[in-house]
This record gives sequence, C-alpha cells and structure tokens, in this order.
Amino acid sequence: MSTSTFPSEVTVTEFDRKLILATQAGLPLVSDPWEELGRQLDMSADEVLARFQSMQEAGVIRRIAAVPDHYRLGYRYNGMTVWDVNDDRITELGAAIGELPFVSHCYRRPRHLPYWSFNLFAMVHGTTREEVEDKAARIRGVLGDASRQHTILYSSAILKKTGLRLRS
Amino acid sequence: MRLDHTDQQLINHFQRHLPVCERPYLEMSRQLGISEKDVIERLQSLQSRDVVGRVGPVFEHSQAGASLLAAVAAPEEQIDLVAARINRAPGVNHNYAREHTYNLWFVMTAPDNESLEEHLDKLEQELRLPMLRLPMIEGYHIDLGFDIDWGALS
Repeated sequence: MSTSTFPSEVTVTEFDRKLILATQAGLPLVSDPWEELGRQLDMSADEVLARFQSMQEAGVIRRIAAVPDHYRLGYRYNGMTVWDVNDDRITELGAAIGELPFVSHCYRRPRHLPYWSFNLFAMVHGTTREEVEDKAARIRGVLGDASRQHTILYSSAILKKTGLRLRS
Repeated sequence: MRLDHTDQQLINHFQRHLPVCERPYLEMSRQLGISEKDVIERLQSLQSRDVVGRVGPVFEHSQAGASLLAAVAAPEEQIDLVAARINRAPGVNHNYAREHTYNLWFVMTAPDNESLEEHLDKLEQELRLPMLRLPMIEGYHIDLGFDIDWGALS
C-alpha cells in the first residue's frame, strides 16, 4: 500500500456527527441497518447510506468492518518492533514493511536522541514470543543493512483501549 | 477460542471491509454461501463472545482532530499509579504497558494540535516524568488488520 496522505479539510455535518455517535459502538445487526439508524435519527435509509458512502469517500471513515479482537482469537503476544532505519531509505523500506501480510500497523515516527533512536514502528502479533521473533526476523531480512539496531517491545497489559469517541 | 470454518471465513473476508450497500449482510451472505440470517446470527455471536469487537465504522482519527503516541518511563513500583493518572487525562484512548524502560505507551487525542500539546504538557507536569512524543510522520500501513493464520491458532 502506498503512503497515506490525509485530506486536510473535510466538513463533518451535524447529521454526520449524529451518525458517528449512533454507530461508534457498531452498526445495528438487522437486515436493513440503514433503515434502523434512520428510524433512530429521523432520516431515510437512503440518506443514511449516502452519508456513510460520502464519509468513506472523504476519508472521515477509514473503513467499515468486522474488527476482530486479536487477543481473544489467541494472539497473546503483541510486539511493537522498532527499528533505527537510514533516513534516506525509510520511505521506500517503510512501504515494503507495511506490505508484509503479518504487519498490522507500520509508521514512521521521530527519533529523540539520545533517549530514543528508533524511527520505524511495525506491529506484529503471535501466539508465542517465538512467533513474534520469527516475524521480526523477516522484517530484519527486508531492512538489511539499512537498519542499524532494533528491539521488540512486548505488551504486558492493556490498561485502556477504546475506539475513537466523540462526546455527545 | 475455537471458531468454525464459516466464522473464520467471515473474519477473513470482512475484517478489513464490509460491503457498504443497501443490504450489507445479504451481500456478505452471498459471498459466504450462507443465509443472511446466518450472517447476522454469527456476527451477534462473535460480538457477544468479544471475538469481534464491533461491526461498524472505523473513524479516521486525523479527521476528528489531533492524536499522538507518547511514552513514559515509570518507576516499576509506581507504574499502576502513573497508568491511572494517564488514563484519567483527557482524550487518552489507548494505554499499553510494555516491557521496556519506556514502559507505558499511550495515545492521546484532542480536537486540535494546540489543545493536544496543552493536555500533554499538563500531564507531563503532573507525572513529573519526561515524555517521549512520537507523532506519526508517515503511515505505511494504518490499522488494516493482518492475515490470520488459523492453523497456528488451533
């Protein structure tokens, strides 16, 4: 996937806000979810669907999906692999790492020398630590000499996790 | 968590995108070769078991305002206290303990960059710990999930 750019200005209407609030916990699991939402918001099903489609086109909604909980599925180990990658090659290599099928997130972030020397973050998941390490080794293989050092930060506890929340 | 083959297929096909059309569950049922009623019941069951967090829109944080990943190195004996303070700060939606000197990693959101910086400054003063601020410079793969290896999970 190519590098993402965000449109700088998108108008979210009052109606869109209501839709976001009504669906941030999930879509109604009924045959016609748009009609059900329309009933709650006093809109037609067509209007609701059209707003969803346009928010998706505008990039306000990244996607609509059945988002699995990887931990519940059995991926007990979440490793944030971090890499100190040559700045001249990071855009090209970041894109290559982001395309690996087992990487769930991949970002470039700033270093804070001397405290923090890593500029590429790639999240991987495994049922065991060995599985996470194998995946990190495959990332290492792609980065080659362009990565001077790396480490894996395993998560030991999820202390808070909520999706984006708008206040009503 | 044991899932049958159809549940696995359902997650494989729709963990990234659902069809956004008039009858989304009917469209999904056609792709899976099962009934619409079966799709809806399976989604309800997956949700009630927390295997699927939710079936719905994933909003783009950058469109709703500013957000930033930050980390602090909390002394081991104070980690619970520091974590609780972070969780109470406005706009914190993720907070993970990680095995590293920087042992608390959290995401803070705010309506705009200015208030985000303000809230981070305030939290940093309250914690009395230097904070690593790690804004995204480029995104190469943004939260689109990954291919699930069902064989390895069974």
